[in-house]
Amino acid sequence: MNLVPINPKIYDPKVEKFPIRKGYGDGLLSIGETDHRIVALSADLVESTYTHHFAKKFPERFIQNGIAEQSMASVASGMAAMGKIPFMASYAMFSPGRNWEQIRTSICYNFTNVKIVGSHAGVTVGPDGGSHQALEDIALTRVLPRMMVIVPCDHIEARKATIAAAGYEGPVYIRLCRENTAVVTAEETPFELGKAQCFFASPQPVVGIIAIGALVYEAMVAAKQLEEEGIPVKVLNMPTVKPLDEEAVLELAKEVKAIVTVEEHQKKGGLGGAVAEYLSAAHPTKLAYVGMNDEFGQSGEPMELVKYFHLDSTGIIAAVKDVLKS
Amino acid sequence: MQWNMFVSLHAFTLYSSKRYMREYLHPDKIAKLEVIANDLRESVIDMLMRAGSGHTAGPLGMADIFAVLYFHALRHDPKNPEWSDRDRLILSNGHICPILYAAMAHSGYFPVEELKTLRKLGSRLQGHPHREWLPGVETTSGPLGEGISQAVGMALAERMDHGRQSDKFFYCITGDGELEEGQNWEAIMLAGKEKIHNLIVIVDRNNIQIDGFTEDVMPLEALGAKWAAFNWHVQEIDGHNLEDINGAIHAAKAIFNQPSVIIAHTIPGKGIDFMSRRFEWHGNPPGKGPVDVVPKEAQGEEALRELRTLRGRITSELD
Repeated sequence: MNLVPINPKIYDPKVEKFPIRKGYGDGLLSIGETDHRIVALSADLVESTYTHHFAKKFPERFIQNGIAEQSMASVASGMAAMGKIPFMASYAMFSPGRNWEQIRTSICYNFTNVKIVGSHAGVTVGPDGGSHQALEDIALTRVLPRMMVIVPCDHIEARKATIAAAGYEGPVYIRLCRENTAVVTAEETPFELGKAQCFFASPQPVVGIIAIGALVYEAMVAAKQLEEEGIPVKVLNMPTVKPLDEEAVLELAKEVKAIVTVEEHQKKGGLGGAVAEYLSAAHPTKLAYVGMNDEFGQSGEPMELVKYFHLDSTGIIAAVKDVLKS
Repeated sequence: MQWNMFVSLHAFTLYSSKRYMREYLHPDKIAKLEVIANDLRESVIDMLMRAGSGHTAGPLGMADIFAVLYFHALRHDPKNPEWSDRDRLILSNGHICPILYAAMAHSGYFPVEELKTLRKLGSRLQGHPHREWLPGVETTSGPLGEGISQAVGMALAERMDHGRQSDKFFYCITGDGELEEGQNWEAIMLAGKEKIHNLIVIVDRNNIQIDGFTEDVMPLEALGAKWAAFNWHVQEIDGHNLEDINGAIHAAKAIFNQPSVIIAHTIPGKGIDFMSRRFEWHGNPPGKGPVDVVPKEAQGEEALRELRTLRGRITSELD
């Protein structure tokens, strides 16, 4: 797998930062202009999910549900049954957290074309604390038949993912983060549903890192330092967690001695689980997981929490060294 | 005591069961619908006997309403289930699907013979209805409390496309015990806020649920006042009186600034004396119900015998 072009200023200390969720707002507005089937729903979180631009421009295609995520999922399903392409946004903790069964029955089992957008996922929610930091949502959505799961790594990729999801017929979960995140990709970075991209490649890598979401930047920082220390690394961005790009994972597994997965999610059931499920049968590979260790988050500043839970570049480097030693 | 009085007075002032001009149903049509309702009941019993599992009381209690809907009130074309201008019927309480399947088969969506496949491997007649399996089924249901939200979503989408002039109607059938699910009230709130004129919910007020009578499990009254408080137009009817059912549907269609609910008081197990009003028949098929009146092995045949006798009574009354 070849390197793709990314943000050339990624290692600049003054790298630009934007919330990943902003990309959703931009993408929604842009497809809303060209496709009149696009409708948006919110459960009292219009601005913080960046739905407000769409709601302001197309008020007749926006439904304010009030704080009612369970009903919102089924309302969206009904709208899709009439030919609309609904995007329903809330915090990941509430959607798909609270309304999982409605998503299962009235969207996935019923097979309606609804896009579920869960913002404020992961510990980077920060001071709001563990109650609001969704760390199980990838597991919840990944097990649902017919559901596609996308975790963009920055606001540019989130915009592309939103537009791509609208063009895909079927349920999609898009996972977003709240905090300002370093811009990893560039406009010209290719994005295709179901495809991984190689963002960093040392010659003859001994370890592979597969990362998603806001932590892709941390993985990139870790990779550079590891390379400088003489440990050659390859980094894959895996924006589509389901369906997993098995071809890319297999190719990487054959190339390296060990793989480390990186995500702002429980180690169990998320990206790490998906990679392990696949590789344990296809090509048993030594694996290590950077993620939450069967625990909840807590209050703190976003980067403080990322560091505290060893999800930062230092934590990733330690995991890489450990797995190579083992 | 005082509180009870307040509740009932309050309920009365919030909405009154106004009598609207009834759309005229010719006596011949009523007689036909009565025969159809009975045929549907026979099919329900036959299907459940063959399936060996499923719900009995609810489908029997809703036979008259399904007869009016599928053979008179609904704008639909059984030979063209995807017709875009059709009314939509959302069955929220998916467990009463034997009556939906019976009404669909008898009105021409698929051969009546296929009813025998209910709940069998590979059958289009899944234990709870599924949109993709059977054309004409508008949504997948079973887990309770999700139908009203979906009907609201459909009606909102329709309004986006055709404005408030739309004469397409969105019917949602729910159970009464089902209204214990909180999601219903989220949807009821949204529909009231949006003043959806072409949404008609019919509540099967049969007073039973799996664990007992609704008012023992979780009291629902004052049910009409609750809907009215959420800005719905409320009617309460005898769910077995075909003229009442038809009249209420027409009255609901005439309401413009509110969604409508028809609370249809029904007798669970209606048509078969030994099943009537008994919650033990909610979730059991003939052959697996309570044995105090009719032994298990005779339950199916006895039910069919009663229905056939009933048909005889109706015919003799008309003569």
